Amino acid sequence: MPKIKLAEHTIELIKTICAEFGNKESELINVLHKVQGELGYLPAEVQEVIAKELKASVAKVYGVVTFYSFFTMIPQGEHPISICMGTACYVRGAEQVLSEFKRQLKVEVGESTEDGMFSINCLRCVGACGLAPVVTVGEKVYGRVAPTDVKKIIAEYRDGCTSDSKTA
Amino acid sequence: MTDYKMHLLICGGTGCKASESDEIKNRLNQFIEKHGLEDDVQVVMTGCFGFCEKGPIVKVLPDNTFYVQVKPSDAEEIIKEHVVKGRPVPRLLYTDPKSEKHVSDSKGMDFYKKQIRVALRNCGFINPENIDECIARDGYQALGKCLTEMTPEEAIKEVKDSGLRGRGGGGFPTGLKWEITRNVENDQKYVVCNADEGDPGAFMDRSILEGDPHSVIEAMAICGYCIGADTGLVYIRAEYPLAIQRLKVAIRQAEEYGLLGEDILGTGFNFRIELRYGAGAFVCGEETALIHSMEGLRGEPTFKPPFPSVSGYMGKPTNVNNVETLANIPVIINKGAAWFSSIGTEKSKGTKVFALAGKINNVGLIEVPMGTTLREVIYDIGGGIKDGKEFKAVQTGGPSGGCLTKEHLDIPIDYDNLLAVGSMMGSGGMIVMDEDDCMVSIAKFYLDFTLEESCGKCTPCRVGNKRLYEILDKITQGKGEAEDIERLKELSFVIKDTALCGLGQTSPNPVLSTISNFENEYLAHVVDGKCPAGQCKSLLRYDILEEMCTGCTLCFRNCPVGAITGERRQPHYIDQSLCIKCGVCYEKCKFNAVILT
Repeated sequence: MPKIKLAEHTIELIKTICAEFGNKESELINVLHKVQGELGYLPAEVQEVIAKELKASVAKVYGVVTFYSFFTMIPQGEHPISICMGTACYVRGAEQVLSEFKRQLKVEVGESTEDGMFSINCLRCVGACGLAPVVTVGEKVYGRVAPTDVKKIIAEYRDGCTSDSKTA
Repeated sequence: MTDYKMHLLICGGTGCKASESDEIKNRLNQFIEKHGLEDDVQVVMTGCFGFCEKGPIVKVLPDNTFYVQVKPSDAEEIIKEHVVKGRPVPRLLYTDPKSEKHVSDSKGMDFYKKQIRVALRNCGFINPENIDECIARDGYQALGKCLTEMTPEEAIKEVKDSGLRGRGGGGFPTGLKWEITRNVENDQKYVVCNADEGDPGAFMDRSILEGDPHSVIEAMAICGYCIGADTGLVYIRAEYPLAIQRLKVAIRQAEEYGLLGEDILGTGFNFRIELRYGAGAFVCGEETALIHSMEGLRGEPTFKPPFPSVSGYMGKPTNVNNVETLANIPVIINKGAAWFSSIGTEKSKGTKVFALAGKINNVGLIEVPMGTTLREVIYDIGGGIKDGKEFKAVQTGGPSGGCLTKEHLDIPIDYDNLLAVGSMMGSGGMIVMDEDDCMVSIAKFYLDFTLEESCGKCTPCRVGNKRLYEILDKITQGKGEAEDIERLKELSFVIKDTALCGLGQTSPNPVLSTISNFENEYLAHVVDGKCPAGQCKSLLRYDILEEMCTGCTLCFRNCPVGAITGERRQPHYIDQSLCIKCGVCYEKCKFNAVILT
């Protein structure tokens, strides 16, 4: 992975967040949540700063980041698409919906489109099983999604018109 | 407080919010204002009503009218007709599928008739962000009773006598856990609420936290008093932003009322609650893994003993209870152990919340007495199988559980009965499957889940499950052999016997239970090369019947890979080497000439 040069103010931001949690190693997960919330992802260079501030080894920070599926080292698309692959959604056809997203956007799970607009991820149950299969784009939840709806959902964002054509 | 004549309750759970319940609330308020009814009618956003299939739900009190699948555009009619003129809006009422009549009162709905709501008692009744509404429904009364009238030993005895067992999956007696933690000498102890609901398809803990966070807070304080802890920690999934927000509001309100913090109710008892966030790891539902995660480490389980009751968070005695377990505590203290233990079966007392999902008509959250049969849950409450299809199996206990079949429909549900038939209670997820679901694929689905969630610490789980998955994948690809079934069984037993934690020990359950209940389906895959449910694409074959084909070219034009050839008005053919089995030709053909074998 190519090295990223972190901007001075980004490093300051990370340091401030670490300090908010008292620079305690036991607060690592809370720190990571907050930093990812600010920066969108946790590349190696960011992990190095956190490790130094919390006086932990980089290996430990990396170990924690890669253990939990919520943390990502790859930048997300502008509109992160998550397809719920919980059991309820699976038996109601989530797999076909996922294939259609992959086919339309020509990316695999965990990747972003070349223009950086979309990324696809799977998640395990948002708990809206009554609406299965469920897809979330950013904060917006789409329920009872059929493979034929995929094109429309993508178009909503690509054309910049976020109409409420299909929300459940 | 204003004395409102009418209340409109609207569901503010995650599912209904996704269906614009916020907007419905705004519109209702807008029309209430327009008609000058602000002093008479109040709109309250509550927790989950449970009937998610028909959400968003608006309930009108005092007459109990239950509106389903409400849209923002319906708000005006509800206010104009129901509130102003007193005439319910029939088109928004629930229609009973059997009698095809509108049911206005929710008490008359089959979905609610057999339910007893104990843990969910406040969900859908109160505004979870208003502590006064909770207190009006006996909130914090149990805490007061414990602190002023009961010794910790007496309170523990009450919980023990109630027969309450852990609702997170294991079913360990709650009172006993408290007693063990109390009896360990230490100057610092912790109460932990396990809200890391990772079982896909189960959402009861989320709903309780979203709909009634104060009951959980109250129970944690009671537990703290009983075991001698002054600190509580809630370990909650970061994927549940709404539950986190409501919990934060509730903690702040409880602190303002002096129900959390220093010298609670002037009794000298101190208790505070902090939140810790999960980061998406199923194994963190296991208590030792959860504790490591709270300490900022990878969520890997460790060998028990020592149990957390002896050495848990930061090496201190820690009592870990699940959300639903805790939600039962205040009721037990208020109504007494005898009342609670009068509900349920001999060894499983009280009620259990189940998340009904999958191919069932009434998806939702239900709470029934222990001992209710699967048939009552699926057919009476759940309204049977979607689209009139045939019931095939119900999966209980999530990735650690098993699939049950028609034969098991009349078994009274409790911890021991489910274990006896090769499944388990788990956290209460119930996924219903119909004739179109392939059981080999379902087993593969769960293994895929376990593989991803295995922490990688012990070999049986890390490597064994991978091998199980590969064999299942081979079978669904049509490359399986008869010996594979024995291989699956043998490997499953080894993993069960040797894995370190609960996740590994139970991960082969979906494989074993599908083999024991649906062996014929496995045999069909490996011997006949067929998938009876028609799900495994590699085992499907589409053909065009020459005598039925009119040569309309519709299939030819729609085939995405050009696998169909043929002249206009002549029979067409499918080149099997090019066919990707997408089924478009099958769907498009108007003459039933395309067949699936």
